Amino acid sequence: MANFFTDNPHLQFQLSHPLMQRIITLKEDHFKDKDEFDFAPKDFEDALDSYKQVLEIIGEISGDVIAPNAESVDHDGPLLKDGGVAYAKGTQENIDAVIKGGLMGITLPRKYDGLNFSTVPFIMGGEIVARADGGFANIWGLQDCAETINEFGSDDQKEHFLKRVSKGETMAMSLTEPDAGSDLQAVMLKAHFDEDKEMWFLNGVKRFITNGDAHISLVLARSEEGTKDGRGLSMFIHDKNSGGVTVRRIENKLGIKGSPTCELVFKDAPAELCGSRRLGLIKYVMALMNGARLGVAGQSVGISEAAYREALIYANKREQFGKPIIQFPAIYEMLGVMNAKLTASRCLLYETARFVDMYKTLAHISTERSLTKEEREEQKKYQKLADVFTPLAKGLISEFCNEIAYDALQIHGGSGFMKDYPIERIYRDARITTIYEGTTQLQVVAAIKGVTTGALLAQIEEYDKATIKPETESYRSILTSMTLEYEEAEARVTVHNNPEFVDFHARRLVEMAGNIIMGYLLLNDMQRDHSYWKTLEVFLRFARARNAGHFMFISHSNLNDLGKYKIEL
Amino acid sequence: MKEYQIIVLAKQVPDTRNVGKNAMKADGTVNRSVLPAIFNPEDLHALEQAIRIKDQFPGSTITILTMGPVRAAEILREGLYRGADAGILLTDRAFAGSDTLATSYALSCAIRKMEKYDIIICGRQAIDGDTAQVGPQVAEKLGIPQITYAEEIISLTNDKIQVKRRLERGVEVLEASFPILITVNNSAPHCRPRHAKRLMKYKHTTTMSESQEISEDYLTASMGNNQIIMEWGVNDIECDRAQLGLGGSPTKVKKVENIVFQAKESLKLEDNDEDINELMKELITAHIIG
Repeated sequence: MANFFTDNPHLQFQLSHPLMQRIITLKEDHFKDKDEFDFAPKDFEDALDSYKQVLEIIGEISGDVIAPNAESVDHDGPLLKDGGVAYAKGTQENIDAVIKGGLMGITLPRKYDGLNFSTVPFIMGGEIVARADGGFANIWGLQDCAETINEFGSDDQKEHFLKRVSKGETMAMSLTEPDAGSDLQAVMLKAHFDEDKEMWFLNGVKRFITNGDAHISLVLARSEEGTKDGRGLSMFIHDKNSGGVTVRRIENKLGIKGSPTCELVFKDAPAELCGSRRLGLIKYVMALMNGARLGVAGQSVGISEAAYREALIYANKREQFGKPIIQFPAIYEMLGVMNAKLTASRCLLYETARFVDMYKTLAHISTERSLTKEEREEQKKYQKLADVFTPLAKGLISEFCNEIAYDALQIHGGSGFMKDYPIERIYRDARITTIYEGTTQLQVVAAIKGVTTGALLAQIEEYDKATIKPETESYRSILTSMTLEYEEAEARVTVHNNPEFVDFHARRLVEMAGNIIMGYLLLNDMQRDHSYWKTLEVFLRFARARNAGHFMFISHSNLNDLGKYKIEL
Repeated sequence: MKEYQIIVLAKQVPDTRNVGKNAMKADGTVNRSVLPAIFNPEDLHALEQAIRIKDQFPGSTITILTMGPVRAAEILREGLYRGADAGILLTDRAFAGSDTLATSYALSCAIRKMEKYDIIICGRQAIDGDTAQVGPQVAEKLGIPQITYAEEIISLTNDKIQVKRRLERGVEVLEASFPILITVNNSAPHCRPRHAKRLMKYKHTTTMSESQEISEDYLTASMGNNQIIMEWGVNDIECDRAQLGLGGSPTKVKKVENIVFQAKESLKLEDNDEDINELMKELITAHIIG
């Protein structure tokens, strides 16, 4: 009888963030659904209470069903059967529980049988599920693909597909191909329009498709013959019931083994165009990927939470030299830093989710009425923030997740290397988070724009302006000096006016900015709950040292470095 | 298609599964104030069976009946979240102090008041008393057949129900006619989770007493009450007051003992055929196996 929501006060703390009132009021558009739907909230308190209670259901399913199944799911994995995927027994049980809990279509509008929840509780659900089983979090998270149909699909498509998602049909996004991974512009899968049948048909191969045998898939395909870049790609919806797609292979992976990664063959597979032609990659995939990146950031926090908890339990139980190993400085120092990274990750995750919520809810309202001037400005502001925070969060949080999982296994010593403890699985599951939905290196490519345009610095200055309790000023002065150091590092890199030199140091600069932001967010949280002071202190020690290292590197670097690092074969 | 009227008997119990030091009072009774109050686990298994019948025969209705203090309405709401259609809270000072006999009497009087029912279904026993008496006693008082220790309802037809019982040494399949009372084992499937939309829909559902507590205006409170959860007191059912509550309860707790389970003697075996053969013989002679 475990509940992964109620046993974690940090989640409830994030849910009580002051901005939630505005987000929910916008999302519910002054609670206009209450007369039409008997489950719609009457006011902010009612809505927030529903968020909590529904998260309690997710917490209970995660603790009682998904977590106990995780080991067997990892062991059994999915099977290739008649050109389709047969989930592991535990995976199917998990899906059934999620459906019976009415937890699909969480963010979809009520008219499509959704719950009309905002992004924050959806991402929180993902975090909770990932703590139970990192791999299953994918099947959970892919329901977010429905948002793309909701945003860009026709009314008929929404009516037809979204209601099915709310009923529990699973989704997939078929983007990558053998020769189009990070570089999606190279997608080859062909879409042609049959004039007689007045339908689109897809032909080609997709590779590394998570949950590839889903009921409803979004497929990126080349609809414009003769084109070679992203402008010839469109987005299609493929319905499994229409046939034409077979699973040729399920990958044998290091981790998230329960999540089927498929190679798909499309043979005259009928599909519907979603949105406008040619906007597939440049508009829709970008929206889709931003959602997925936030999802992976949530998944990473969940896996970090699981790893940290395993390490904490083990360090308390395991005795060596006559006492529990947690009493040794080498161990409690690791645990302290793990906890700080985890808590900081969570701050950044939900800050990003709130930014996404703000701009998305305003964007949605703009389809129903024209926004006021203030609202338009607000939407623009938050859209910009979400654009730069999403890759920052995905990149940094997934890297922290791997550091935490690595240390958690280390604390287990030899036992951690064996399959006897869950940490072995958690460690393997963590590994993918820095790779899929864009590697950390690609997140840095996106996030560095926030450094060079000054968007991140502007937001840091915004955080710095907050009124804080006098007794917490000393923390702010640390962050202020870290910011000065960051500004200087950025200047030293950009002064050369050499894009390659910026790329060379981009990871360092992005990390520096991220560490400062997480520090401010923790400082902010401490204003509402003083008990975060210890975590903030530990995090600042860690972050200050890491940033100082990066600063040192950059200070002693010049354009000649570019040649020195290149290794020729 | 046939529609069944189902009554689920449920109890709110202290969660005795994770007991701390203060779980028992000095007099040997359960210290309810330190234990969280939950839906009795086997009653949840029973509710799942009821919901499965409804899944199969959609016009069926499920009413949860519980006896307890005002706060026991919590488990009625919990039942609504998971799939029940209505709840009845039997609450009155007159019921206080009931043992299993008085409880089953009160429940059977309440059931008589409910016009029609095909199936009464409840958990085998509650985790606070572990008597497994209330279900069978209710069936006796209503004069209807009962099937205890059920694990699965195999089939339902217009006039027959087939049920698999889980017994200590195997299973038994029984067939019975309606109305029937069934008690469900913990080997039956777990109850499905609360459903998000049902939760949001029913979370404001209250009993009359709860409404009055929330709103001081009695009239508003009673008008706002949508009667999904009804509240019955002793005056709402036809009964002999002498058989209710403490007065109607012949059970007396004579003594409470703390029992610590431990192996008294142990046998050391070497890993050779001889010792293992000896052990096998002993186990067969003692009818532990074979």
